[in-house]
Amino acid sequence: MKILLVFTALLAATRSEQLFVGDQVLRIMASDEEKITLLRVLGERPELQLDFWLHPTSPGHPVDVRVPFLSLQPVKIFLESNNISYSIMIEDVQELLDEEKKTMAKSRRVQRSISTFDFASYHTIDEIYDWMDMLVDHHPSLVSKLQIGQSYENRPLYVLKFSTGGLNRPAIWLDTGIHSREWITQATGIWTANKIAKEYGQDHFVTAILDSMDIFFEIITNPDGFVFTHSSNRMWRKTRSINAGSRCIGVDPNRNWDAGFGGSGSSSNPCSEIYRGPYAHSEREVKAIVDFIHSHGNVKSVISIHSYSQMLLFPYGYKTAPAPNHQELNELAKKAVSDLAALYGTKYTYGSVAETIYMADGTTIDWAYDNGVKYSFSFELRDTGRYGFLLPSTQIIPTATETWPALLDIMVHVLEHPY
Amino acid sequence: DIDDVGHKYHLELVLEDVLDKDSTVNCTAEVLYHLGNKPIAPDVHFTLDGELKDTDEADKRFYNRVKSLEKELVAENIPDSHGNVSPEMEPIRLLAWAASGYVIWQNSTEDTKFQFAQIKHVKQVKRSDDYLEFDYLILLHEMVSQEIIPWQMTVLWHPQHGVQVTGDSRQPQHA
Repeated sequence: MKILLVFTALLAATRSEQLFVGDQVLRIMASDEEKITLLRVLGERPELQLDFWLHPTSPGHPVDVRVPFLSLQPVKIFLESNNISYSIMIEDVQELLDEEKKTMAKSRRVQRSISTFDFASYHTIDEIYDWMDMLVDHHPSLVSKLQIGQSYENRPLYVLKFSTGGLNRPAIWLDTGIHSREWITQATGIWTANKIAKEYGQDHFVTAILDSMDIFFEIITNPDGFVFTHSSNRMWRKTRSINAGSRCIGVDPNRNWDAGFGGSGSSSNPCSEIYRGPYAHSEREVKAIVDFIHSHGNVKSVISIHSYSQMLLFPYGYKTAPAPNHQELNELAKKAVSDLAALYGTKYTYGSVAETIYMADGTTIDWAYDNGVKYSFSFELRDTGRYGFLLPSTQIIPTATETWPALLDIMVHVLEHPY
Repeated sequence: DIDDVGHKYHLELVLEDVLDKDSTVNCTAEVLYHLGNKPIAPDVHFTLDGELKDTDEADKRFYNRVKSLEKELVAENIPDSHGNVSPEMEPIRLLAWAASGYVIWQNSTEDTKFQFAQIKHVKQVKRSDDYLEFDYLILLHEMVSQEIIPWQMTVLWHPQHGVQVTGDSRQPQHA
């Protein structure tokens, strides 16, 4: 009842600013029939403008009435002289309405403004998915959201598509968060996606790239794992798929690709953090990307972003033999790493996975490379172990900012070397 | 390669003060990894070319602060999920990091690369003498296997006598 009346009051308030200033709501207790009658008669006096929220019915039932400011004195005198007890439920109706309006406006503002999204803090999956929709809303002719599949726990796998048109243009694929505990990567992904959208039409290189190519960006590549890092175990790396015959959960999505699958750079033990899975592409999260890239048919570069170690890597991880265009990839990595360091002095090492970090088989970039994607790179972002996976959020923007020129170097090279 | 003994590495490195990037000391070291399956810590010999910074002031402040606590210090998740460490907990984190160096040394082979990842839990243990004692449960991250390994360690510290790990044991991992 009260809600309806506040709503009505609000409706009225929108027509005129100060409708209820000083008005009070009184709760009256009429103890016998005589007093009930007195109240009814009082209510019928037009000059008082009494607004009953709970009408006088029978003794023992409270009577709630909104009394306009100017009628307060006569009404109170009447009640007191007739020995009718009352209490003040609402001291000032207008104050209450103003408070309510403020709260509602604030929550609307917080949800709707993309310019107030806090890039300098870590977010939940819902916050990131909401932000994605905002990005699409703000750049409708450039950015769209695709769903390429579902995770093990049936969460949508979303990919942001940046395109200025054309039909199946040559494309660059970017992914972050394939290992869920590497929080700096999803955070960098958000900042970078926003940067790409912002710079189209502003930055000469971004514009040149998007005028002839498309960019596909999967920010939450492992949503089940990501949710798990928030709810249960901050250090969770793998997917959350159940392994038959084992109490251990999850497959390492960066050992599950069909490239050198099953070697010494991965494990056959489901309890291992580098468990390769029962077979290549067993994980829905991996299969979705495989299917997407295959059916697209025109992906020219795959850049998979991880943390930590501060490295820029290229194939191979499953063998020590150099990739056919090792020289070219090495030169490009050298330039990218140098441009990255130019900003804050952050030192990266670079080289093939096998020679720089360790033998690893069934990885994203080896699969991409063996499937015709010549420019396949993997980043390992900050730091080198001081905070590791628990990189302070104060480092999100510096990390994303310094990584940007390195990403741009790679994308520009891809643009300038069509194949 | 040293026949029947193991693999010896000669290293030239630069030590950098974690709290002051410009404060560095050159160091040479020799590390011998033993042959065989028995888990023996590698032998380490080193010389410093210069001196480490004086930390007496900060040590005294931390020592006095902990000594004057009414109840034993207890804390968990340092850094937290967002990488935050409160100023009061920073020395506790640094102490754990230093102590973990001992545990890492004792458990390293040529195929491991350990990093201190997080304090899951720390509890101060009251002592009748001058030393501060902390019972830590930390997480170590091993790079090659990518495993997160919980490790319990009992740490003693005194401003004049430095850090000591008086006991440590590897704990069972998460499924």
